[in-house]
Amino acid sequence: MIGLSHYLIVSALIFSIGLMGVLRRRNLLMLFFATEVMLNAVNIAFAAFSHYYNDLTGQMFAFFLIAIAASEVAVGLGILIVLYKKYGSLDLDDLASMKG
Amino acid sequence: MMENLVYIALFAPFVSSMFSALFGMSPRQTFVGIVASTLLFISFAASATLAMHVYSTGVGIHVTMMDWISAGDLHIPFGFLVDQVSVTMMTVVTLVSTVVHIYSIGYMDHDKSFNRFFSYLSAFVFSMMILVMSDNFAGLFIGWEGVGVCSWLLIGFWYHKKDVSREENPSISPSWAANEAFIMNRIADLGMLVGLFIVYWNVGSLQYDVVFASLPELSGSVLNAAAIFLFIGAMGKSAQFPLHTWLTDAMEGPTPVSALIHAATMVTAGVFLVIRANPLFSMTPEVSYFIASLGTFVAFFAASMALVNRDLKRIIAFSTLSQLGYMFAAAGLGAYWIALFHLAAHAFFKALLFLGAGNVMHAMHDELDIFKMGGLKKVMKWTYIYMGLASLALAGIPFFAGFFSKDAIIETAWNEGTLILWFILVVTAGMTAFYSFRQVFLTFHGDERYKAFGIHPHEMYKFVLIAMSPLAFLAVVAGFGMGGFEHFVTKLLPEYHMSEHTHHIAWILGLVVLLFAVGGILLAYKKYDKGLKRDEKLENSFIYRLLANQYYIPQLYEGFITKPYAMLSEMMWTKVDMKIVDATVDGIAKLLYKSGDKTRKMQTGNLSNYLNWMAVGAVLLLVVAALSAMLG
Repeated sequence: MIGLSHYLIVSALIFSIGLMGVLRRRNLLMLFFATEVMLNAVNIAFAAFSHYYNDLTGQMFAFFLIAIAASEVAVGLGILIVLYKKYGSLDLDDLASMKG
Repeated sequence: MMENLVYIALFAPFVSSMFSALFGMSPRQTFVGIVASTLLFISFAASATLAMHVYSTGVGIHVTMMDWISAGDLHIPFGFLVDQVSVTMMTVVTLVSTVVHIYSIGYMDHDKSFNRFFSYLSAFVFSMMILVMSDNFAGLFIGWEGVGVCSWLLIGFWYHKKDVSREENPSISPSWAANEAFIMNRIADLGMLVGLFIVYWNVGSLQYDVVFASLPELSGSVLNAAAIFLFIGAMGKSAQFPLHTWLTDAMEGPTPVSALIHAATMVTAGVFLVIRANPLFSMTPEVSYFIASLGTFVAFFAASMALVNRDLKRIIAFSTLSQLGYMFAAAGLGAYWIALFHLAAHAFFKALLFLGAGNVMHAMHDELDIFKMGGLKKVMKWTYIYMGLASLALAGIPFFAGFFSKDAIIETAWNEGTLILWFILVVTAGMTAFYSFRQVFLTFHGDERYKAFGIHPHEMYKFVLIAMSPLAFLAVVAGFGMGGFEHFVTKLLPEYHMSEHTHHIAWILGLVVLLFAVGGILLAYKKYDKGLKRDEKLENSFIYRLLANQYYIPQLYEGFITKPYAMLSEMMWTKVDMKIVDATVDGIAKLLYKSGDKTRKMQTGNLSNYLNWMAVGAVLLLVVAALSAMLG
């Protein structure tokens, strides 16, 4: 029988994969993908809790998250295109213009 | 009308000071001295009119100019009280000041800081007027500090003179002497402040009338503490032992300053305080007896040092010290009006003596060693007469001013049954006569030793000599006003009567004092009239050297107080201040600077690094939350 904890473990694993991506990757586009992965891990957790408590609020939150993620990607990708046009690269090591 | 006179008497010296200060930086202007002297004379005329008014009506004038401090329960107005005591002081102060101002026009003739001198001198008179006229202790204290500052300014008037060794000049330099006077007075003023705090703490007011009215409700220990601390203040200002060394060193100032401040007026402020606070001191017999004993001791102690001194001004300074001792003896024994009378009489003849010494100094081109003078009476007839009269008054020769006042003090000592004090005071009277006339004879009689030094003395300007005449007149006749004076001031001060027995033998007591005085004069005449014969054996004797070195007290103070204190300060500076206090403050600043410098590297500009730091922070927060959830 697959229970709540299984879903949460999957969610945690996916979140960790996303976090590692955010920390280790150097390409901004990859960072975006990693953030999406983390958001979806949270969505899994929301849906699992919602089912467990028999409360639809959690699933409603998951829909909100999907909507926010979509708009975030739209804005973020726009910025990325501008950045690429300006610097010709999306590598974070090349984009360190705020060095103190 | 009378209220206006009070303000005129008080503020004329202030206007004079401000006026002279306008020309402080410009070259000598004779009219500055003339305007200052005129304003001082106006102040004197107002004071004299007030004295007549108080004499005829028998009641004082109390005016309140404005509120000064009003905070919570503390309420101190700028109020002035012109009663029998303060009007006596006002008249004496303004009279001597006027004479000294006129005198200074001649004496400071060649000084390039002529205008500045008048500004300081008038400022002193203004402070002194505040001191004597105030109707509360706070105002008295302001005047007290004001005269202290002016004294400092005037002792150090020739501040450009360099420090020399103590052997060459016992007061080292004017600026050194000024600082000594100021610092010693600060020590005493601390005592005075504590006394004022005790009074305010227990009474809740500093107004004289309120304080004196509530004295019977206070406990004996509070009264004693207040009296002791107030007297410590008086000891500093009046240079009583052990705070006496500054007075002789203060002679570094110009001679008119010595006459006005360090003989006639400021140094008597301590006596004035005791007289003013007589309701307090009459309720503390132990403290009063201590005051009388200390006064008697200082009278003798100072006179003994004057016996062998060679410095014209220092001898007079010692004699001032000695006479202040007499005043304290009288005040301590409860004869307040006699103390006040001696104060006034002393102001006249001592100012005259000092101004005469100034004439001599002027004539001798600033030479003060009486061993280098002699025979000056031929060239300085009037100065000789003036100084002779003043010395006769000081020695207590009958019918001169000092005879009545000093005799009354000595009689008081007998009347109180304090025979030891009486004996010391009588002996001191003899010593006073001796050193006064030793000085007169060495300066004006005998061989003309100054010729060997190529000095050509000349008499002072005529207007200066005329200006001195009121003092000479008063030094001769002031004593005859004693009965009237007693009648006048005992309306306010406690009466003091000799017992029937004392009254009966008063003429014998007077005769004893007179014998000592005449004996002193005759001894001085025998030894010094024909000229100076140095006695090597005597001058090398232990006692002579002890006295000539002022009992080695200045050296003692320097060795045991000044030098260790300087060493301690040096140590505190290099060890404590530099190594601990400064190091701590600098350390904190360095720590912040360095931590900033090191953490600056965190800011690489690389988004990836920032995200890593953010993750570390989030993990840390999680750990903290988890730990607190587990423990809580």
